[in-house]
Amino acid sequence: MDLALVWFILIAVLWTGYLVLEGFDFGVGMLMPIIGKSNKGRRVVLNTIGPVWDGNEVWLLTAGGATFAAFPEWYATMFSGFYLPLLLILLALIVRAVAIEYRGKINDETWRGRWDWVIIGSAWVPAILWGVAFANLVRGVNLDAEHQYVGNFFDLLSPFALLGGAVTLTLFLSHGAIFLSLKTDGEIRERAEAFARKASLVTIVVAGVWAVWAQLAYSRNTWTWGAVVLAAVALVGAWFSTLRGRFGWAFIANGVAVVGAVILIFGAMYPNVMPAIDEANSLTIDNASSTDYTLTVMTWVAVIMTPVVLAYQAWTYWVFRKRLSMEHIPEHNELTFMKG
Amino acid sequence: MEALELARWQFGITTVYHFVLVPLTIGLSVLVAIMQTAWVRTGNEKWLRLTKFYGKLLLINFALGVATGIVQEFQFGMNWSEYSRFVGDVFGAPLAMEALLAFFLESTFLGLWIFGWDRLPKKLHLLTVWCFSIGTVLSAYFIIAANSWMQHPVGAEYNPETGRAEMTDIGAVLTNNTTLVAFPHVISTAFLVAGTFISGIAVYWMVRKHREDAEHKDLGMYRTAARFGAWVMIISGVGLIITGDLQAKLMFEQQPIKMAAAEALCHTEDSAAFSVLAIGELGTTDCTEVNNIIEIPGLLSFLATSSWDGEVTGLDELQETYSERYGATTPDGEEIHYQPNLAVTYWSFRLMIGLAAFSAALALGILWFTRKKRTAMPGWMKTLAIVSLPMPYLAASFGWIFTEMGRQPFVVAPNPTGSDQIFLMTMFGYSTSVSMGEVLTSMITFTVVYAVLGVFWFRLIQRYAVEGAPEVEEPVVRKDDDQSTPLSFAY
Ligand code: HDD
Ligand code: HEM
Ligand code: HEM
Repeated sequence: MDLALVWFILIAVLWTGYLVLEGFDFGVGMLMPIIGKSNKGRRVVLNTIGPVWDGNEVWLLTAGGATFAAFPEWYATMFSGFYLPLLLILLALIVRAVAIEYRGKINDETWRGRWDWVIIGSAWVPAILWGVAFANLVRGVNLDAEHQYVGNFFDLLSPFALLGGAVTLTLFLSHGAIFLSLKTDGEIRERAEAFARKASLVTIVVAGVWAVWAQLAYSRNTWTWGAVVLAAVALVGAWFSTLRGRFGWAFIANGVAVVGAVILIFGAMYPNVMPAIDEANSLTIDNASSTDYTLTVMTWVAVIMTPVVLAYQAWTYWVFRKRLSMEHIPEHNELTFMKG
Repeated sequence: MEALELARWQFGITTVYHFVLVPLTIGLSVLVAIMQTAWVRTGNEKWLRLTKFYGKLLLINFALGVATGIVQEFQFGMNWSEYSRFVGDVFGAPLAMEALLAFFLESTFLGLWIFGWDRLPKKLHLLTVWCFSIGTVLSAYFIIAANSWMQHPVGAEYNPETGRAEMTDIGAVLTNNTTLVAFPHVISTAFLVAGTFISGIAVYWMVRKHREDAEHKDLGMYRTAARFGAWVMIISGVGLIITGDLQAKLMFEQQPIKMAAAEALCHTEDSAAFSVLAIGELGTTDCTEVNNIIEIPGLLSFLATSSWDGEVTGLDELQETYSERYGATTPDGEEIHYQPNLAVTYWSFRLMIGLAAFSAALALGILWFTRKKRTAMPGWMKTLAIVSLPMPYLAASFGWIFTEMGRQPFVVAPNPTGSDQIFLMTMFGYSTSVSMGEVLTSMITFTVVYAVLGVFWFRLIQRYAVEGAPEVEEPVVRKDDDQSTPLSFAY
């Protein structure tokens, strides 16, 4: 198989890893006030992702780095073209990293309250914007003959793109709730399970409409119907599992739905990496890729390192496999504002 | 102002900011791992207390380091898309490797370390902090390899069809001789910063505790920390001088114009003098106004060529050579100045070297006052400690400003012995499809957000440092069926 195609698929895999993992991180962040309620409850919620959220985010950095290495033209056009949405996402990721780490460092109601809002807001923003960005990739954007983006910010906010934002939003919400159902106990778990049942039903509707729309209006390939069906079946399966209290299965099903969605997105673009409204100007797997030599080097690195990374990340999840409940949360032993 | 200038300012601001946080993370992660190793091996509680104390400060720093790093990863595409198209085939590889080999390692194992005190057996837990710190050092290696390629492009060829540089030899890119000296130089920087940090805080505490009670039980612990930091400063200081000298020699070959500018050497000279102080209109890119007032005869020739009467080429001649080789005018017909901004290069080089003197004084002071188990520290050492804390940070920032601005007008500097076509002027590197309004928006938001976060970072570091090393309990590994004991650490 042609190496550029391999990298097209590998980048899809990296995005899948990112969306599955950081998807529940964002869900958990958005649900902090809804499921956590009290300060202690919010801490239970936050600590379910405490040891892992940073490692999850690296999937994004790797997807970015891999795009740079394997498809420099794609990296250049996409990130300069999606300038303002990306800026918003970056701002959210910046303040989020700091908020999670700093929130508990001072034992003060106001201090915590403010950072809580930052954590919540910085989960909502990317949860919506990633969907918008992917929908725009599927739909195609305004590129000129030099592959430069010539549209503006508002071109990126078509109804189709906004619905795409709603898809990632609902998907991450239900994904986060399912994750919390698996990782918590007591009242938090009850609230999470109840939320997951409702949210996964909404997700089916929103994602279903978008997927069919994407397939009918924009997909360049008919075989991506397969991905639409896969995602739909998985989402329905996730919903059923939540009704029957099988949250492990629901989590897996949601993961499969993300796989289906990524196949749909990448499959709909294929053989382009960034379709243009005027098809002649599209960036394709061929004209955007690096040389065979670079791709060969990167393939070796990816083939060796990805399993290693997966192994130690899986081990982390195993180490922290226990459910958390209110009793596990220590009283604040951190500093108070006025002391010293 | 144009989009180009804004993009440069934005890159400079965000990168320097990122690198204010980076050296402490790298240096401290390794030093904290050493402290924890000392605890595991000796069982002495003071090492556990120090691990927790400096570990907490490390985490506060790390969070902002990660946050600002994320921006860096995407900025090349956002603001420097034409640059990215030109270099991507070569430059993307180390960047992707950094994520895959280093960032995963550091982020995943940091989580295990922070939350793992009561989950993992002692030795396994120790291993996590080592994996984390190795991750930070590896990340430095790959990013320096990427940066060194911009200073000295190797292992690549120019492809006229695609108009870009294409990689031919990854081994050459990763073992670029520029990387091999820049990496130890940067790692030494990290240890100088971290050593100063550890000692600075420990000295503050020694003075304070000693005033309270000359027999205070914590004095011994802080003395250990202060001496530990002092040795780190001394070793890394020596490392900095050696690697710095090697870098300077290499730069005289690879980017002679940067070094000539750093030395305000206008004309080619045999037995060139080293300028200690120069005045005149250094701000211009023009040499006629420069007056050297204090000089050390022959020293520059020695530094550049290892011989007291070696020939060193001056700016005027270099300007001519470069004009002939890389073009005299821009497409708009303006003359290209191949000399970087003289004042910036001259002073940033001197400040980089000079500011390290504070750490040297601190280190020697500590070793003197703590000799033979002494713990009494005079009050002025506290002042020296506090003044010294920011100095290596400043030195490191000036080092980068020198490296990066001294490379102008190139963003990828030509390799004098490599392909004649692999170079890129900064003015052709920025994103032409991004409007000025957009760059301005992002620059202002980043600057404001960074400033606000910087205030929190500073307050937290300061508050926790002033709180002192906490009392600790031996960590106990939880049983699997234990459902009610609180976690030893939670957000
Ligand atoms: C000499 C070292 C060095 C240099 C020159 C840079 N960085 Fe950095 N970077 C690190 C050393 C480092 C680190 C030690 O690994 C950090 C610093 C703080 C931290 O938390 O990890 C980090 C964090 C960090 C992160 C977040 C990683 C994570 O989530 O764990 C990213 C994406 C980058 N950096 C990217 C960059 C880019 C694209 C740079 C080029 C302009 C850059 N860094 C310069
Ligand atoms: C972390 C330490 C670094 C610092 C403090 C730093 C500093 C700077 C500064 C001050 C500038 C602006 C120069 C000017 O406008 O004249 C600049 C430019 C630039 N640097 Fe660095 N740099 C660092 C590392 C890197 C690395 C590791 C890379 C690449 C991997 C890099 C790539 C660039 C690029 C692309 C520009 C833009 C072009 C320019 O204006 O020169 N820098 N950097
Ligand atoms: C005798 C002392 C030193 C000498 C001769 C020296 C020499 C150099 C040279 C020639 C460069 C430029 C390399 C380039 O253009 O690519 C450089 C860069 C740099 N220096 Fe130094 N240096 C010294 C001390 C220090 C100190 C004390 C620090 C910080 C605490 C420091 C931090 C840096 C940094 C961060 C860079 C940029 C990264 C790099 O290019 O390696 N240096 N140094």
